[in-house]
Parts: sequence; structure tokens; C-alpha cells
Amino acid sequence: MPLSGSTYVGLLSANLPSRWLSVRRSWRGLAAFAKAAFALAGLAVFGAVHAQTTAPLPVAEVAPGVFVHQGRHEENSVDNAGDIANIGFVVGERCVAVVDSGGTPAIGRALLAAIRQRTALPVCYVVNTHMHPDHVLGNAAFVDPAGSVRFVGSIRLPAALSARTAVYQSAISLSTGEPCACTGGEGSEAAALEARPVPPDLLVDGEMSLDLGGRALHLRSWPTAHTDNDLTVFDEATATLWLGDLLFEERIPVVDGSLRGWLAVLGELRTLPARHVVPGHGALDLRWPDALVPMERYLNGLVVEVRTALRARKSLAETVDAADPAQLTGWKLAEEYHRRNVTAAYVELEWED
Amino acid sequence: MERRQFLLGSAVLVPTWGFGLARADDDQPTPEWDQLREQLFSGRPIATDGPALPILEAPARAADAATVPLALRSPFDQSASRYVKTLFLVIDRNPTPLAAIFHFTPESGRAEVETRVRVEQYTFVRAIAELNDGSLHLASSFVKAAGGCSAPAGKDPAAAAANLGQLRLRAEAALEEGPRRARLMIRHPNTSGLAMDQLTRFYAKPHFVRELNILYRGQPVLKAELTFAISENPDFSFRFLPGSGGELEARVVDTENLSFTSRVQVGGTGGG
Repeated sequence: MPLSGSTYVGLLSANLPSRWLSVRRSWRGLAAFAKAAFALAGLAVFGAVHAQTTAPLPVAEVAPGVFVHQGRHEENSVDNAGDIANIGFVVGERCVAVVDSGGTPAIGRALLAAIRQRTALPVCYVVNTHMHPDHVLGNAAFVDPAGSVRFVGSIRLPAALSARTAVYQSAISLSTGEPCACTGGEGSEAAALEARPVPPDLLVDGEMSLDLGGRALHLRSWPTAHTDNDLTVFDEATATLWLGDLLFEERIPVVDGSLRGWLAVLGELRTLPARHVVPGHGALDLRWPDALVPMERYLNGLVVEVRTALRARKSLAETVDAADPAQLTGWKLAEEYHRRNVTAAYVELEWED
Repeated sequence: MERRQFLLGSAVLVPTWGFGLARADDDQPTPEWDQLREQLFSGRPIATDGPALPILEAPARAADAATVPLALRSPFDQSASRYVKTLFLVIDRNPTPLAAIFHFTPESGRAEVETRVRVEQYTFVRAIAELNDGSLHLASSFVKAAGGCSAPAGKDPAAAAANLGQLRLRAEAALEEGPRRARLMIRHPNTSGLAMDQLTRFYAKPHFVRELNILYRGQPVLKAELTFAISENPDFSFRFLPGSGGELEARVVDTENLSFTSRVQVGGTGGG
């Protein structure tokens, strides 16, 4: 018997082109993260008027000239203003390099205020360790009209940001349909513009060194691991290794690249001769390379859990159902992210064998 | 994770686990559904109660909004006199609410599809079955998308592009009489075109699998018309009647008119 010729093909396909035109407006389904980012950016724009009085972000000097602010183990919220990632700066003799800028322009400005407490030297580089909003949306605070600040990231960072900018920008129209309490109506457009990530203009494909004046930072881009655009920063003078989200401590890791790729990269990272390490999330006085162990254990556990399910012919739904974040003692936000990690692991590992 | 199955139409909520008939009162009409319902079915009655309602399995809360597993199942086996002709998958609040249309024949054995979709915000998901007698039957389920930065972008676009077009077609082992399960995995980025290039300010062209044809011994088993609401690496489980054995074939076409084919030999019901 023939399949019913589709009466609906026209509707289904003809539906699409007309929808492209309004897609920015109609794509109301935005990730909560983007919503939060915009909400927070709204606060930031409001706060920009008071930029002169921005309170400096508390930072710790983890090694001479290396300053880090530890973010909170929370989801983005108005209360934390996107201050959920570890961000900081390195001071050379000529200028300052920022490593990650925080989850909102407001946090970026607070980081700038912290820099100004320590040195009058100009910021010459803003390095982003990867695409996630909590690490890049503070970039706007460092944009210099003279263009003397270079924004630095992995060669794959611009595409990754582009792919997500549409999501952020769609939140603008969302706020017109469903006004966001935090942006206060008319401020939302400006907030959205400011929340647009500032993309890198200096791209790292492999390795690159930055000279801060008598101080070299060695940058390295990595194959797909936490994301497809991970970048590490090594401060030669103090042997401090900034790992971005290649290392999570206490906060549960998020697989947004490749599980197996990440484990492979960890194997290489562990051989690096670091005296101090800065994780993307977590404590700043970690032993190296022991600091990798809990995360490797978690990621390996994911591999085993999912491979076992795949061998037993469990579906994705069954596998996610069976995942139990409550068993993951020691990881904060496991309830929020573990099942998502199981999903990511499943769709990656199901293509094995 | 909490999962729900709904057969709708009663005011009584009977929470059940497994394959019981759960009834829910959360089948709220939405503007999106009202509009699409009119476009698709123009005033025809749609049953929300009775033994022919499709079974829709969806997570109450999606772990990853970009990869939400769904199952649409007919409660009865196909026969020449009574069969599900079409299953419509609707996601009310997606940019393309009509996510997929699946066509079946009596030879499909049972009208059933498991797949994964992108769900961009809290929304109703709906399965509408159209039977050979023209009657329509609706099941709905509310899905809370977990959101997060998972949204529409792929995790590794370079790898997705490199592997585009790989197919994996498998029939499950014959554990029971009757319709056998099979699964088609497709390597494809299935991109929405919703991402704007920051330099050019242009939106990337959408590139997704738009049509799928499954044939067994040359006869159609499943035909699907698809959109980018289907997740990256589209994945479909379905049923067919293996009979005495033969060749199962999958033909896939995307929006660039690239086509991919995979075939696998299947043993008969008794013989393996």
C-alpha cells in the first residue's frame, strides 16, 4: 500500500521560508541562561551611569602579579549579577591582561575597578578561555574606543559566540513580549546591545605568546573538550596555569564539547609544569595535578554509566531517567547539570563501536 | 527523571508509571495550537479521549533542551482495516510548531516513532494521530525545557560537518512476535539557520534532514517530513513487520538535496 501522499507537505515546508522573516521575533524559546544574561545586562546598563563608583571585585593574589576573583557556585541570577566564574588579571611591566571578564558588563566593570586598585597600567589584552557567557559577557567593560585593547580567544571562539549571539539577541524581542522585570522596559534594547558578546580580534590556533612587558603569557587552544574553543593561559613568571573550564572544582563539570575529548585533554594537561592553577570554577589553592582527579573520576564515571546503558540497549530516555544526581556527593549543582551531562555523553558515545 | 504518559480527555488525574493510562487536565489550548490546528485540520473534530489516542512520552522537564527524547506510539497494531495513517508532532512554542509528520501503512506493524527534538521553552508537545477512517486523536504533554546554554548551537560544528551523512540502520533482535523495532541514526548537524554571523550579519542557511523514507522489501514502512526541530544527529526508532526476512532500507534527503541511503538484511521472525 502506498504511503499517503502528503497533503501537508506544503504547509510544513512552505511554513518555513515565511517564518525565517520573523524568526528573530518568534524564537521566543530562549534558554533561561540567555534570559538571565539579559536581565543582568539590564542591571548593568542601569549601573553604567554609576560606573565611576563601581565597587571593586574582591581578588586574591594567587601568585605575584596574578589576581583572581572566585565566582559563586550558583546559577546566574539577579542576586549574583553573573558573578559565577573565576575571573582575574595578570600585571606586567607595560600593561595588564584580563583572563575572563565575568557574566555581565557590571562584573567586568567591577573587575576593572579591582585592576585600578592595584595598578595604573593600561589593560592591553582581554583573554577569553571559552564561549560561555559567565566568562565573556564582561568583555564590554573593557572596550576601548581607541582600540588599544585586544580581545583574544581560540580560533573557534568567534563562530561559537556567533551561534549563540542569535539566542541572546532573540531575548530582546522576548523582553518586549514578556517584559523582563529586571530590564525595566525601555532599557532592554540598550541592555541587549551591551550584552552582545565582544568577539575576539586576536585568534589563537595552537600556541601564541603575549608580552605584558617583562612578562610572557603563553596561550594554547585545545581540541574539543569542555567546549570546542577552550584556551589555557600560562604565566611563565609564576608558572600559573589558567585552565578556564577545563577544570571544575566543587561545581559539577558541564560537558558542552566532547566527553572523550575532554578526558584526552586532561591527560595532556596533567603533564604541564604548573605551580599554581586557576580553575574556571572552584578554589584557587589547588594542588597540581591532583586537582584533576575528582573531575576525571566524574567524567570517567559518566563514560562507564552511559556505555553500560548503551550495551544494555537502554534508550536515551531510559538512561537519563536512571541517572541519579543525588548520588553525586561532593558536586554542587549536580541536580541542575548531571542529567544534561548524561544526555551529552549518550549522544556522543552512542556512535562508538 | 520524571516522565509522563498522557492520554487526555478526562478531568480525573490518575498518575501512573509505566504503561498505564494517565489522564491529565493540563491540555490547555494555546494560541499557537489553535492556529496550527486550524491550518492543519480546519475545523475537523479531534478526539482527546478514547482507545485510539496516541501515547506521547515526553520528559516533564528536559535535561537538555537541545536533545529532548520523545516517543509517539499508537496503542494498537496496524491492520488493513484499521491503522494510523499519519502521526503529527507539534511543539507549540517552537519557531516551527509543526515539527514533523510521520506517515505509516498497515505494513508498518505499529505506528511508532522515538526521536529527539529541540524544545526552546516551556511548551506543550502534541501528538495527533490520523486514522485511515479520517478520524483525529490528540495527546498532549507539557515539557519544561531546562534551557541553559545548550540551546540551538551544536557542541562541535567541525565534527558535525565532517561526519555529515553517515547512517546507521539496525533492526533489533527478534524478542517477540509481531512488529520488530528498528533504529536509524543519522549524522547531520540539522542546523536551524537561527545563528547570525557577527561579521556578515547574515543568518546561516538552515541545513537539516527534511525527508526520510524507510522501506522493507521495497515496500514503504515509514515516511517522515521533518524540520530542524529534530535534534542534531537525527535519530528514529520505529517498527516494521519482518515476516520471513528481507532488506530494510533507509533513504534520507536534506535541505541541500543531499541524499543518503543505508540498507541492512533482516532475518525472519522465527529464524533470526
